[in-house]
Amino acid sequence: MTNSSTTRPKVTIDGNEAAAYVAHKINEVIAIYPITPSSNMGEWADQWSAEGKTNIWGTVPTVVEMQSEGGAAGALHGALQAGSLSTTFTASQGLLLMIPNMFKIAGELTPTVFHIAARTVAAQALSIFGDHSDVMAARSTGFAMLSSNSVQEVMDFALISQAASLESRIPFLHFFDGFRTSHEVAKVEELTVEDLKAMIDDGLVRAHRARALTPDSPVIRGTAQNPDVFFQAREAVNSFYAAVPTIVQQQMDKFAGLTGRQYNLFDYVGAPDADRIIVMMGSGAEVAHETVEHLAARGEKIGLLKVRLYRPFDIEKFVAAIPASVKTIAVLDRCKEPGATGEPLYCDVITALVEMGVSKKVVGGRYGLSSKEFTPAMVKAVYDGLLKETPRNHFTVGIRDDVTFTSIDFDPAFSTEEPGAVRALFYGLGADGTVGANKNSIKIIGEETPNFAQGYFVYDSKKSGSITTSHLRFGPRPIHSSYLISKANFIACHQFVFLEKLDMLKAAECGATFLLNSPYGPAEVWDRLPLPVQQTIIGKKLKFYVIDGNEVAKKTGMGGRINTIMQTCFFAISGVLPREEAIAAIKYSIQKTYGKRGESVVQKNFAAVDATLDQLFEVQVPEAVSSTIQLRPVVPAAAPGFVQNFTARIIAGEGDDLPVSAMPIDGTFPSATAQWEKRNIALDIPVWDEQLCIQCGKCVLVCPHSVIRAKVYDDSYLAGAPSTFKAVPARWKDMKEKKYTLQVAPEDCTGCTLCVEVCPVKSKSEVRHKALNMAPQLPLRDSEAANWDFFLNIPDTDRRPLSMSQVKDIQLLQPLFEFSGACTGCGETPYLKLLTQLFGDRTMIANATGCSSIYGANLPTTPYCTNGDGRGPSWSNSLFEDNAEFGLGMRLAVDKQNEYARELVWRMASALGENLAKGILEADQSSEAGIFEQRERVRQLREKLAALDTVESRDLASLADSLVKKSVWIVGGDGWAYDIGYGGLDHVMASGRNVNILVLDTEVYSNTGGQASKATPRAAVAKFAAGGKPVGKKDLAMMAAMYGTVYVARIAMGSSDMHTVKAFLEAEAWDGPSIIIAYSHCIAHGYDLAMGLDQQKAAVNSGYWPLFRYNPALVAQGRNPFQLDSKAPTIALKDYIYNETRYTMLAKSNPEEAKRLLVLAEGDVASRWKLYSDMAAMSGNGAEKK
Amino acid sequence: MIDLTKTIDLSTTYLGLKLKNPLVASSSPMCQDVGNVRRMEDAGASAVVLHSLFEEQIAIEEDELDRAIQESSGLYAEATTQLPEMMGQVLGPDGYLKHIGQCKKAVGIPIVASLNGTSLGGWVRYAREMEQAGADALELNIYYLPVDGDVSGEQVEQKYVDLVKEVVAQVKIPVAVKLGPYFSSMSNVAKKLDAAGASGLVLFNRFYQPDYDLEELEVVPNLILSNPHELLLRLHWIAVLYGNVKADLALTGGVHSATDVVKAMMAGARVAMMTSALLKRGVSFLDTLCTELLVWMGEHEYDSIRQMQGSMSRNAVPQPEAFERANYMKVLRSYSMR
Repeated sequence: MTNSSTTRPKVTIDGNEAAAYVAHKINEVIAIYPITPSSNMGEWADQWSAEGKTNIWGTVPTVVEMQSEGGAAGALHGALQAGSLSTTFTASQGLLLMIPNMFKIAGELTPTVFHIAARTVAAQALSIFGDHSDVMAARSTGFAMLSSNSVQEVMDFALISQAASLESRIPFLHFFDGFRTSHEVAKVEELTVEDLKAMIDDGLVRAHRARALTPDSPVIRGTAQNPDVFFQAREAVNSFYAAVPTIVQQQMDKFAGLTGRQYNLFDYVGAPDADRIIVMMGSGAEVAHETVEHLAARGEKIGLLKVRLYRPFDIEKFVAAIPASVKTIAVLDRCKEPGATGEPLYCDVITALVEMGVSKKVVGGRYGLSSKEFTPAMVKAVYDGLLKETPRNHFTVGIRDDVTFTSIDFDPAFSTEEPGAVRALFYGLGADGTVGANKNSIKIIGEETPNFAQGYFVYDSKKSGSITTSHLRFGPRPIHSSYLISKANFIACHQFVFLEKLDMLKAAECGATFLLNSPYGPAEVWDRLPLPVQQTIIGKKLKFYVIDGNEVAKKTGMGGRINTIMQTCFFAISGVLPREEAIAAIKYSIQKTYGKRGESVVQKNFAAVDATLDQLFEVQVPEAVSSTIQLRPVVPAAAPGFVQNFTARIIAGEGDDLPVSAMPIDGTFPSATAQWEKRNIALDIPVWDEQLCIQCGKCVLVCPHSVIRAKVYDDSYLAGAPSTFKAVPARWKDMKEKKYTLQVAPEDCTGCTLCVEVCPVKSKSEVRHKALNMAPQLPLRDSEAANWDFFLNIPDTDRRPLSMSQVKDIQLLQPLFEFSGACTGCGETPYLKLLTQLFGDRTMIANATGCSSIYGANLPTTPYCTNGDGRGPSWSNSLFEDNAEFGLGMRLAVDKQNEYARELVWRMASALGENLAKGILEADQSSEAGIFEQRERVRQLREKLAALDTVESRDLASLADSLVKKSVWIVGGDGWAYDIGYGGLDHVMASGRNVNILVLDTEVYSNTGGQASKATPRAAVAKFAAGGKPVGKKDLAMMAAMYGTVYVARIAMGSSDMHTVKAFLEAEAWDGPSIIIAYSHCIAHGYDLAMGLDQQKAAVNSGYWPLFRYNPALVAQGRNPFQLDSKAPTIALKDYIYNETRYTMLAKSNPEEAKRLLVLAEGDVASRWKLYSDMAAMSGNGAEKK
Repeated sequence: MIDLTKTIDLSTTYLGLKLKNPLVASSSPMCQDVGNVRRMEDAGASAVVLHSLFEEQIAIEEDELDRAIQESSGLYAEATTQLPEMMGQVLGPDGYLKHIGQCKKAVGIPIVASLNGTSLGGWVRYAREMEQAGADALELNIYYLPVDGDVSGEQVEQKYVDLVKEVVAQVKIPVAVKLGPYFSSMSNVAKKLDAAGASGLVLFNRFYQPDYDLEELEVVPNLILSNPHELLLRLHWIAVLYGNVKADLALTGGVHSATDVVKAMMAGARVAMMTSALLKRGVSFLDTLCTELLVWMGEHEYDSIRQMQGSMSRNAVPQPEAFERANYMKVLRSYSMR
């Protein structure tokens, strides 16, 4: 046994890894399911088991991914009952899904620890960020609750909770703040296997095993009890709960003996004679700790009481931990319980004091919901508030509540930052490797120097062109600063284009260093800077360095990967380490990070490091500004008021300053807002060669971001066109006299090049020249933006004469989904766009949580928009697991309203006019024209109703729109449809109701980072299947087809756009449930998505993704409803799969296993093809013979 | 019946290796499979040149992997990465090196490893690793197509020479060089490589020749299997070089029959290498070829392969000018006379 803290390794890891490390070492069965921000814990555990890492007993824990958190809790419950040490990791809604099992597990006195990265529970909106609303929702389950405030505590408490759980038999929730702690990288002392062994009593493990269910000594558990005894049985556990605080304290003491780190149930920090204290838990307590030390050192009589063990709440120990001098207490809760007498911790504190007969003034406050920043300035405001004679109760801090005036003011200028510490901010582009390089930098500093280190990473809400901000602190003293850096002494901008978008030097301290990745050298760069940047550099006397990182990357074969180059610059300038040592450390970390990807990758990175310093220059800053370049306006002046006053503030990074009064009260937002973002993220955009173009419309169809549009219009609209606006005669038989324009939205394009790839026309004299060709955006930006605006003002082509089944005609339909923040080249969004083109003006979308809900409705904007009549898709997201049911509910409501409205029309026919009533009731709405006519009838109906002032007329007026056909679409990814939502999906398919289900199948949980789902194919690697998925993909389409009453289509736009269109039309036309399973290429597949459509084609041609339609409508015609729409395989499976990293990763690292799985996967393809072709060859039901 | 194998000596030497006959399976994708290599030995191959390890391909694949991982990482808060941590290291050349070892274990005949590098460091590193993996010899497959108009022929040749010198200095096993036919002065290049230390010259490489897809208007890679008429170019240069270089000569390209093998030997080759014939007629064709070779030699009363090697080289024929430019004029004349 060791008690020297200096002998343990120091590791630089995040909270998730810290928890997973301990959990994996002291458990036998781990049941997991991905949910942000806890997914990484499961990923670590799965990876370690896949690598053969053992627990402290020398055996590799079994890790199993379940279909939902409910499933994980069930499996865990079973494993515990069968005597294994078992654990899980979750957050938010995931924890809520575990609650039913948690009651059981606790009721049965079963030791286990659930590790929770505490996250907001969705209310008016979903939020992936951190607060305590999830754990507080689970506080009645009977689980003990232990709170960690920092990464070190996460590691420590993961162990203490397990030890205490085994001893007390009470299960534990070990929780820490999502993102702020789960994702904060910090230097911590790693517990050794000896530590773990010393804390985990094998006797208690065996006792747990001895209580297990076994037919060798059978007992019955999980009985049903009746009114006579249930109550008494429930009370029978009391003594176990009473013992928990003592057991936890004993374990904490034992732990202190091992490690020197002493924890208590309640830990007090601050003046021994404090008169004001804060009581709180979580990462905010670290901030309060730092603030208390700062202010107490300056004589303030303040203190902080950190609550460690929240359940069971030991009131005696709690009261004993409060200095007798304390007069007022502020209890801070990181959650909100509307309608309660106060938030949970506040209520517990009041109860504790009252029960202990102690009289103190206590106020409660809320802070930090959804990872809202919580800073020393806010802590100080809370203490200052307690000085008032009547301190504000039920206050909020960190926001401005100008409606119910709960908020207290704080001084943002107040700071407790250490003077000697390095505080560095790095602005990078998602995918440029900035975050990864910074994580390595922290590790280098944490592991190569005696400094403490902390890293925290902030992403914006987009998946393409997103800006990442890395916040790094290093210093000689332990870092409690669990908040973002607002005073930086080093700022690096890794992308020159950010300068015109972001005021990144706002956070620079006077005399700070500014490093810029610039295509312009030290002599030229100054004049290229926007004016405000020049002003700040001069005003704050910044030291200014430039490097052309992209050029160095290009020369050293790194392509766009500038990460190691910029990292080298940071070390060279910051002087955190001597230069030579730093270079050696960077190279060591390159070897560690990239070694598995191959020697050439390592060598290339080495070359980049070596080539960097010669290209790093200090810029001689002139004494005066010279620039005329301004920051670009956040949104165009033409944007509507809400966008100007609300959306633009969020886009500008000023969302924290928006007051409560600015907020929609119930989470309702206007649509059509993405059009105002003008993100300008494409370096190159497509340029139309109007002479070459054959107007086929394929580019419009495949564009993931709806930035290429076509219109056919009268010549007259060309009056006043900008000089560069292009128009040619329309190539439509019946619209020959009209003009055609294909226009690109230059500021919204992401530069994915899918349009160029799909363009079928090549120049006869130079085949690389197509009807669309990429060209640099910057020189075209202004002229094309003007052309785009002009184009938008040309009326849309009349939909009625167009053929909805022709791609050529579909290009003329306005998309009602545009400019989403989806990944560049996204494979999902073209399907959604098509859906809105075909039916958008009458569509209601129920969207499962996932990528499509994030790019669909993550603030600040939404891509769903409206047509000229103001109609467009309605959209909502309920949960991940319930989306099919949610959509069915919409259908039920619409149908019921339609039914009632029809009854009213029938009843009121004489007053409305028999013809109108008959027209409405007998309308054929199967075509665009039919729907148009019905809308006209409803307009007339409204006019008539306005003149009739009866109860019925008012009712009918409120329901009149339901008389027009509504198309309900249930949209989600494979994680939802194949896994967590499958039960509901199945039920909805069996309901017979007219809903349309669109499954955007990326074959992994894309949104949470590529975890395997039941849609993941055999032989592909994915998280939770790092060694290659051993079993084949579930055939959801065929399962649905087996109902016989469900329209089913399996589609791939890249293989056949006509087939895709046909499937959408038939699905919508089928008066019953329909499901479309759409092949969606994805960044998680690991290849250049510009090739996405070719890959889709290869998927079909290899027989991996046969196209088919099962149309129950054909049964009535006596025909075989199953139509196989693709041909027998023409290429080998390997020629499809080995274009993708998800397959080659395995083939390159474990060729034997890859080969084995390939053979099995080829067998899957062959047997599926046989089944499908046999089914397709079957005759119909014989009705055709009659 | 006379057992010709007892009366006729088919053995030869190549790169200092004693071979039971001159039939060598040349570098091709067939050699990626140990089973095929074993079948080649069973069918009578006296040595096998493995498929080439392409340094550039390894680098490209590793780069693609790195790009795919990095470009899908750090995009947004929920998914800091999209692909799992790699379970093992990318094997890079390791798979190839392991394959050498497996082939060595599986067969008794010499295994020649084939290497195509892009950097001097790569050539040397992989050559050393191939030697350590157990290769009996190396074949440097200098598959290099200079398309840069600023690179002179002399520079290209010097690159070859430097490369061979460097590799030869770093390994103990013999090193052969596989060449293309596109040199202004083949004899001079051969002498330079000879002087640089090459133990063998393999004539000639066959390059992929891109074709056009006229429907898609795309350039498509294309490799047509060799034809017997391609033998003539090889015979010509082997006959010219024989006796003028120390290095062993190997003929590859266009060997489709026993008489082709005989011609190769007579021109001066130590071995005749083949791939297309095996692809067309199967590995067991080697056995047929061996028999036919024996029969031919029996019929024509040759005792050994050595006896015929170089017997019709430029220096050994009565009219050496037949291998010189005059020959071309004569061929033309013979055409016009038809």
